[in-house]
Amino acid sequence: MKKVVRVAAGQGFWGDDLDAPRRQVEGGPIDYLMLDYLAEVTMSILQKQKERDPSLGYARDFVGAMESVLRAVVERGVKIIANAGGVNPPACAAAVQAVAEKKGARGALRIGVVSGDDLLGRLDQLIAAGHPLANMETGEPLSLVRDRVLSANAYIGSEPIVEALGKGANVVITGRSTDTALTMAPLRHEFGWGATNWDQLAAGIVAGHIIECGAQCSGGNCLYDWRSIPDLANVGYPLVEAKADGTFVVTKHPNTGGRVSVQTVSEQLVYEMGDPHSYITPDVIADLTTIKLARDGDDRVLVSGIKGAPPTDKLKVSVAYRAGFKAVGTLVYVWPDALEKAQLADKILRERLDRLGLRFGRILSEFVGATATHGHLAGDQRNAPEVQLRFGVRGPDRAAVERFAREIAPLVLNGPPSVTGFAGGRPKVEEIVAYWPALIDKSVVKTKVDIIQ
Amino acid sequence: MKVRLVDIAHARSGDKGDTANVGVIALETRWYQVLEKFVTRNRVAEHFRGMIEGSVDRYELPNLNALNFLLHGALDGGGTLSLKTDAQGKVYSTALLRMVIDVPDAEARRLELPAAT
Repeated sequence: MKKVVRVAAGQGFWGDDLDAPRRQVEGGPIDYLMLDYLAEVTMSILQKQKERDPSLGYARDFVGAMESVLRAVVERGVKIIANAGGVNPPACAAAVQAVAEKKGARGALRIGVVSGDDLLGRLDQLIAAGHPLANMETGEPLSLVRDRVLSANAYIGSEPIVEALGKGANVVITGRSTDTALTMAPLRHEFGWGATNWDQLAAGIVAGHIIECGAQCSGGNCLYDWRSIPDLANVGYPLVEAKADGTFVVTKHPNTGGRVSVQTVSEQLVYEMGDPHSYITPDVIADLTTIKLARDGDDRVLVSGIKGAPPTDKLKVSVAYRAGFKAVGTLVYVWPDALEKAQLADKILRERLDRLGLRFGRILSEFVGATATHGHLAGDQRNAPEVQLRFGVRGPDRAAVERFAREIAPLVLNGPPSVTGFAGGRPKVEEIVAYWPALIDKSVVKTKVDIIQ
Repeated sequence: MKVRLVDIAHARSGDKGDTANVGVIALETRWYQVLEKFVTRNRVAEHFRGMIEGSVDRYELPNLNALNFLLHGALDGGGTLSLKTDAQGKVYSTALLRMVIDVPDAEARRLELPAAT
């Protein structure tokens, strides 16, 4: 058994720094590279792509990432774990194989493909069998929006990834695995943690939570003493050096920018936190109030003390459905009286929409530069040098949203004065793909691992 | 003595559906007790009155010198539905740090809290 296993994070979301995976395999020794591509809305985007072309539906950035790290996989045995498969893990694996062949590494990859999280084709059967997939926030049954569903995926845990690694995979591609499982699974595989080693499993999950957002734990987006954080242009993405007992060190490669400190890690730990006593995952419930952090030298934080408890018998399901249309338009009003002018423009626009008989589910106006994000807490903003009126509507009727989009430009000539900033043109009308969180019995979700060589 | 949270804590926020979370972390371990005592659930609900539609929950993490607040109904529906600039609740963190708390002078001196200027 390895004494220390190094898992590095190379991607915090689909759209993250394209060069980070390469820097992570070249910057120092690592055993695993973990790449997280899936946010809540990503699955529905991928589903739409798959509908247009059945060979798509995965995070295509991953193919380029694989190309950039291929040598490390082939020559140094670095293993890759990614939820890049989206709604089409087999197609993702085929694309990766094609890249390996192109680079003369035919046969060097043993790809574990994890499937079974995709519930879209089974939805009606599941609902008929008494799984209402009720919305966790509103309690409404999924049948309410069933005809508008685009994708439905269960968040699956570490087991199929551990299985794939056990079968000798050096690349594991999953669909909707939890972000944290991508880090915990290789530790479980290396250290032989059983399904009831709650504390170690919880430690693996916490390690995953710390590094799943990439550089957000190593100096990126860090408020604490932010001016002093060095060389963010060359920010080092994080890695964990884990031991069998569940303790681990968060660090980054030498000669990189950013910082790993108790403060940068603490900020990431509280990010998107709910009830810290029960951080629920498919494998284990981690108690985040048990985490101990300690400085372990420059850019090193030792994490220990983590306690875990048995998970529930449910999996979370992420359903994406069509929820109408929206558009947001902006205009900039300038001193003197910038805020007052923007407020008058807002009033005029509302009156015009009303006269046109347009009805929306929601109209929201914000005053960027004054109160948009901090509201009344921002204090008196009457002397702001410029204020952007940001006016958004949403509703079920596409035509109404499109008509709204034509009402912004006229204000430049027929509204309040000192207005500019309309170079972007008419607001774009977008279809809203909304997210429906639900739970389902674990027993109905069967994952499967295929090894492709 | 009046104390600004921004002088004694740092923070990060994020989202879960229509709920924003704000984790507030004391800059010095000894200042955690100040957060715990003065930055109450009610005080935070009052602070954000008119900005959020739902209630506020508070959790304590003395291990991280931190409090975690959940602000329900803070994101205009959240995710892709939201029309807000801050649809993912990323900057509720610094909005909370605008809070000014009133700490008894003796306690403030003992803990060497910086006074609001």
